[in-house]
Amino acid sequence: MEIFQQIFNLETFSSTLRMAIPLMVAAIGGMFSERSGVVNIALEGMMLAGAFIAVVVSYFTGSAWLGLLGAVFFGGVFALIHALVSIRYHADQVVSGVALNLLAAGGTVFLLNILFNTSGTSPSVTALPYWGPFKPTVYLGLLIVLISHYILFFTPFGLRVRAVGEHPHAADSVGIDVEKIRYVCVILSGMLAGFAGAHLSIGVLSVFREGMTAGRGFIALAALIFGKWYPFGAMGASLLFGFFQAIEIRLQGIEAIGIPAEFIQMIPYILTVIALAGVIGRATPPAASGEPFEKGKR
Amino acid sequence: MAGDMNSKELLKEISIPLLAILSSFIIGTLIVIASGYDPIATYGALLQGAFGGLNSIADTLLAATPLIFTGLTVAFAYRCGLFNIGGEGQLLVGGLTAAWIGTFKGVPMIIHLPLTLLAAMVAGALWVAIPAILKAKLGVHEVITTIMFNYISYSLVAYFSLKVLAKPGSIQTPDIEPSAYLWRFSNVLDMYSYLNIGFLIGLIVLFVIYYLLWKTTIGYEIRAVGISPDAAEYGGISAARNIILAMLISGALAGLGGAERAMGLFHNYRNGFSAEYGFTGIAVALLGRNHPLGIFLAALLFGALSNGQDYMNMLAGVPVDLVTILQAVIILFVAADLLFRRVLALKPEGRKGE
Amino acid sequence: MDAVLEMKNITKEFPGVLANDNVNLDLRKGEIHALVGENGAGKSTLMSVLFGIYQPTKGKILYKGEELRIGGPNDAIDLGIGMVHQHFMLVHTLTVAENIVLGSEPSNGRGRLTLSKAIDKIKSLSDEYGLDVDPNAKVKDIPVGMQQRVEILKALYRDAEILILDEPTAVLTPQEVKGLYKIMNTLTEQGKSIIFITHKLKEVLTVSDRITVLRKGKSIGTVNTAETSETELAEMMVGRKVILKVEKKPAKFGATKVEVKNLKASNARGMLALDNVSFEIREGEILGVAGVEGNGQTELVEVLTGLRAANSGVFKLEGQNLLNETARKIKEAKIAHVPEDRHKHGLVLDYSIEDNLILGYHYKQPFAKGLNLDFNSMAEHADRLIPEYDIRPRNKEILARSLSGGNQQKIIIAREFDMGPEFLIASQPTRGVDIGAIEFIHKRIIEQRDQGKAVLLVSAELSEIMSLSDRIAVMYEGRIVDILDAKEATEEKLGLLMAGSTIRSSEG
Repeated sequence: MEIFQQIFNLETFSSTLRMAIPLMVAAIGGMFSERSGVVNIALEGMMLAGAFIAVVVSYFTGSAWLGLLGAVFFGGVFALIHALVSIRYHADQVVSGVALNLLAAGGTVFLLNILFNTSGTSPSVTALPYWGPFKPTVYLGLLIVLISHYILFFTPFGLRVRAVGEHPHAADSVGIDVEKIRYVCVILSGMLAGFAGAHLSIGVLSVFREGMTAGRGFIALAALIFGKWYPFGAMGASLLFGFFQAIEIRLQGIEAIGIPAEFIQMIPYILTVIALAGVIGRATPPAASGEPFEKGKR
Repeated sequence: MAGDMNSKELLKEISIPLLAILSSFIIGTLIVIASGYDPIATYGALLQGAFGGLNSIADTLLAATPLIFTGLTVAFAYRCGLFNIGGEGQLLVGGLTAAWIGTFKGVPMIIHLPLTLLAAMVAGALWVAIPAILKAKLGVHEVITTIMFNYISYSLVAYFSLKVLAKPGSIQTPDIEPSAYLWRFSNVLDMYSYLNIGFLIGLIVLFVIYYLLWKTTIGYEIRAVGISPDAAEYGGISAARNIILAMLISGALAGLGGAERAMGLFHNYRNGFSAEYGFTGIAVALLGRNHPLGIFLAALLFGALSNGQDYMNMLAGVPVDLVTILQAVIILFVAADLLFRRVLALKPEGRKGE
Repeated sequence: MDAVLEMKNITKEFPGVLANDNVNLDLRKGEIHALVGENGAGKSTLMSVLFGIYQPTKGKILYKGEELRIGGPNDAIDLGIGMVHQHFMLVHTLTVAENIVLGSEPSNGRGRLTLSKAIDKIKSLSDEYGLDVDPNAKVKDIPVGMQQRVEILKALYRDAEILILDEPTAVLTPQEVKGLYKIMNTLTEQGKSIIFITHKLKEVLTVSDRITVLRKGKSIGTVNTAETSETELAEMMVGRKVILKVEKKPAKFGATKVEVKNLKASNARGMLALDNVSFEIREGEILGVAGVEGNGQTELVEVLTGLRAANSGVFKLEGQNLLNETARKIKEAKIAHVPEDRHKHGLVLDYSIEDNLILGYHYKQPFAKGLNLDFNSMAEHADRLIPEYDIRPRNKEILARSLSGGNQQKIIIAREFDMGPEFLIASQPTRGVDIGAIEFIHKRIIEQRDQGKAVLLVSAELSEIMSLSDRIAVMYEGRIVDILDAKEATEEKLGLLMAGSTIRSSEG
C-alpha cells in the first residue's frame, strides 16, 4: 500500500507530464517527417541541438523566450540538412540521421568549449518562468498535439502529407509537389524537436549538459511507433513512457519491491518491438517512408 | 584483395570516399579558423598524436581495432541488403559476456581464451536474433528494431555489470583471469600502448569475411539476396534463411569487437566501455564501401582521428569534439554521393529496372 | 463528327529506341476509341505524351482544333483529360472522398478541409454515371472494381472531357468487366470521350466505336469496329511477320514425361489464377502455351518452378511428384527455367556473367567444393559457354547489368540449357531480343526437343508458338480451353480460342 502511494500520487502525475512533454513534442515532429515519407532517426540530435541553442540564446539575450524561439528556429535549420541530404540527394535517410546525431553530439560540446570554455555543463541561464504548476512548454506542448491532430486530419495540407507518405506517385499524379511537402515536414520535425530540447534545457533545468537528451529522441521515436503514427497515439505512448521515467526517479519505491530501475527503462523499447511484431495490433509505418521519390518511377 | 572488381570500377569506388574525406577536412578547416585556431597546428598535432612514434601508432591501431569489427558488422549485413544499426548493443552485450566468462577461474588458457571469444560472439549473435527473425519472417524493418535493442542493451548491460557482477560501489566488473587475456604487444615492445593481439584477430577476421563473402557459396547466396531477393529465390536461394544467417554473423562480429575491449584493453567491463564504436562502425562501413579492404583503411582513419584528438586538444587547444564533427560530415558527404556525382557530372549508377 | 483531340505524326525517341514513330490518333466526341497493340507497341508512350509526362520529339497535339503544348499532368488535367492508370494512383489509407479531392482540396475560409460539398458532388456524379461508390469508405476496404470507379470519379470530379483508361480490365473479374462496359457507355452517352487501351481483342470488339492499332511504335491504321473482325485486328496487331524459318525435324515422341493434372493456384491478389489446368508432355515434344497475357500463364510457370504454391493438383516429372517443392528441389529434378522477367528473376544484375552462369547450381559440384566456390571450374564453365552461346562481349568478368537484352537472355539460356534438363520451361524466351538472337534461341529449343526432352514454351508471340510447338494449349482466364495439334492450328483458330470462345461453339 505504501509502495502504491509512493508511485501513484500527485507528484508522480506532474513529473509524468514533465517527462512526457519532450517525448510527445519530438514524437509529433517525427510523425510529420515519417508521415510525409522521410524516416527521421535524428530526433535525438535535433533535440540536443535545440536544447543547446535555447541555452545559448537565453545566455546572450537574457530572455528564455527568445531561447525557446531560437531552439525552434535552429531545430528547423538543422533539419534542413536532413531534408537536403535525403530529399535532394536521395541519401539513405537512416545514414543521414546517424550523421546528424553525431553532428549534434560533437557540435554542441565543441561549441560549449568555444563559447563557455567548458565541456561538461554550461553556465546557468534564465529559464522559462512557471505558469502555475508547470512551465509554459508543458501547456504549449499539449497545444501542439491538438493543433497537429487538426493539421493532419482537418486541413488540405494534412491530407497531402498523408498522401505523400503513403503513395507519392499518386500525389504527384494530381499535381502535388511531393518534394515540397517533404521539405516542409522535415523542417517542421526539426522545429518541434528543437522545442522539445528547449523544454529540457530551459524548461526543466536552466543549463545545458553534454548529451543531456540521453536517448529521449529515441524514446520519442518509440512513442511515435507505439502510437502508430497518430498524434494522440504518440501522446498516449509518451505519457506512458513518461510515467515509467517518473517512477524510475522514485527508485526506492520500485527497488523495494525488487524491480531494478534498469528494467523499467527497457519497457518503452520492448513494448515498441512487440508492437512492431504485431502481437498487440501491428504497427505499420507509412508505406513510402524511407524511400526517395523519383519522378516517373514506381 | 580487390580482385573482384576491375580498375575502372575501383577508381569509381574510391573517388567518392576520397572526395568526401577531402570535403569534410575543408569544412573542418573552416570551423577551426572560425573558432580562432590555427588549422596547420591543429592538423599537425592531430597527425603527431596519431602517428608520432611507436606508442602513438600502436594506440591508433588499438583505436582502430573495434572499428574494424563494427565496420564489418554493418558491412556484412549490408551485403545481404540489411542495415544493422544495432552494432553498439551487440558489442556491449558481447563485451559484458566476455568480461563475465573471462572471470572463470582455473580454466586453462587454451580453452579459456577461445571459449571467451566464442561466448562473446554467440552473445552478439543472440542479441540480433529477434530483429533478424522479425525481418525474415514478418518483414519488420531491422533499423527500428535494432535501435530499440540498442537501448534495451544499455539498461540490461548496466544492470548486470553494476548490480550483478561488480562489487558494490564499484563501476566496473572484477578483472578477468590472465588465462583469458589477449596478449599485449607491450609484453615484448618498449611501449605503453595496450595494443593487443585482438588487432591481429581483426585483420584475420577481415580476411575471413572477405573470403566468406566472395569465395564461398555462403557469400554467393548472401550477396545474391542482398542484390536481388527475387533472383535469389529463382535460383533456389532462400532469402529468409540468408537474412537470418547474415544478421547473426553480423551480430557475432560486433560481439567479437566487444571481446577485444574486455579481454585486451580493459580486462573487465566498465562504465563507458564503448566510445560509440557501433555507430562509428556505420561510418567506417560507408566510407569503406562495405568492402573489407576499405573498412580496414576507414577504421585506420577513424582510429587515427580518435587517437590524435587528445594531442590536438593539448597542443592546439581545439576541443576534441572536432573529430566527431568531422566524422559526421564525412558520413553526410558519403551518403549524399549524388552531390559529387552531379558535381562531377558522373552518370548516376544504374538502378534496378533500367 | 468533330474530333475533340488529334495527335498528329507523334514521334517519340528515347536514346536508342523509337517508341512512337509518326503515330496518328483522332478522338471524336462521345466515342470509345480503342488503342490496341502488343506489349511494347508504344501505347503507353503515346498516352504519356498526351498526358504531358513526355514531350514528343516531333508531331503536334490539337485539342478542339487548337494546337497546344501539354507541359505536364497538370496541364492535361486542366484541359479536361483524365487518366485511369493501370496501377491505380490511390492512397489506400485515405477515404474515397479524400482521394478524389487530393490535389484540389476544398476548404473554408480558415483553412479547414471541407469535404461535405465534395461528398455531395461525388454522390451525384456517382449516381449520374452509375458508379455506385461510397465516398466515406477507405480505399483499402473496397474491392478492386470499385477502386477503378474511384479513379474514374477522380477524373470526372475534375471535369474531364476525355478519359484514358489504361488496360482497365486487367484487374477485373468478368462481372466487373461487364459493369465497366456499362459505365463506359453511360459516359459516352453524356458526351465524354474515351480512349480505351487494351490488348484483348474480344473486349475491343464488344465495347469500342473505332479502333487504332499500333505495332512496333507505328500506327497501322484506324478502323470502324462495325466493319472489322478479330482476324483482321489480330493481323494488324501481330503483322504478317516473316515467319522465321525454323528448321525442324519431324517429332519423335516417346513416353509421357510431364504430367500436370487439375492444378489450382491463386495469384498475388488472392484471386484464382489457375483453374483445373491439366496437360501432358511427351519426350521429344514442345507444348506451346498461347494466350493473351494475364490469363494464368505466369502463375502456371511459377507453380511448376517452385516460385508459387499451388492450392491443389498434381505435377509429376517421370513419375516423381514435384508439386509445391522448393525451387532448389525442382532444379535438382532437372527442370530448367527461362523466366519471363529476366531482370527480376533470371539474373543477379550486379553479378558478373561468370557468377550468373552458375546461379541455382552454385552450391554443388563442380562449382562448389564443400563451402568453397571452385573458381577454376567456374571459369572453365564460363569460358566454354560464352562462345558456345555467343554471349557478347566475350568477357566473363563483366556485370550482367551492362549487357544488351539479347545477351542477358543468352546467359540464362546457356545456364539453363547446359545443365542437361529433362524438362525445359521457357517463358517469353525471345522477348526484347534481336532477330539474330531469336533465331539462335529457337534453334537451341528445338535441339532440346530433338534430344528427347520435354519442353513447355510460353509466349505471347503467336508466330513463335506456331513455328516451334508440336502441340498448342490455349489459356483463357486460368483454364486451358483447348489443346490443338500444331499442324491444325491457324492464327484464326488460336485467335478465337485466345478470346475465350471454343472452336466448337464458334463452329456451331
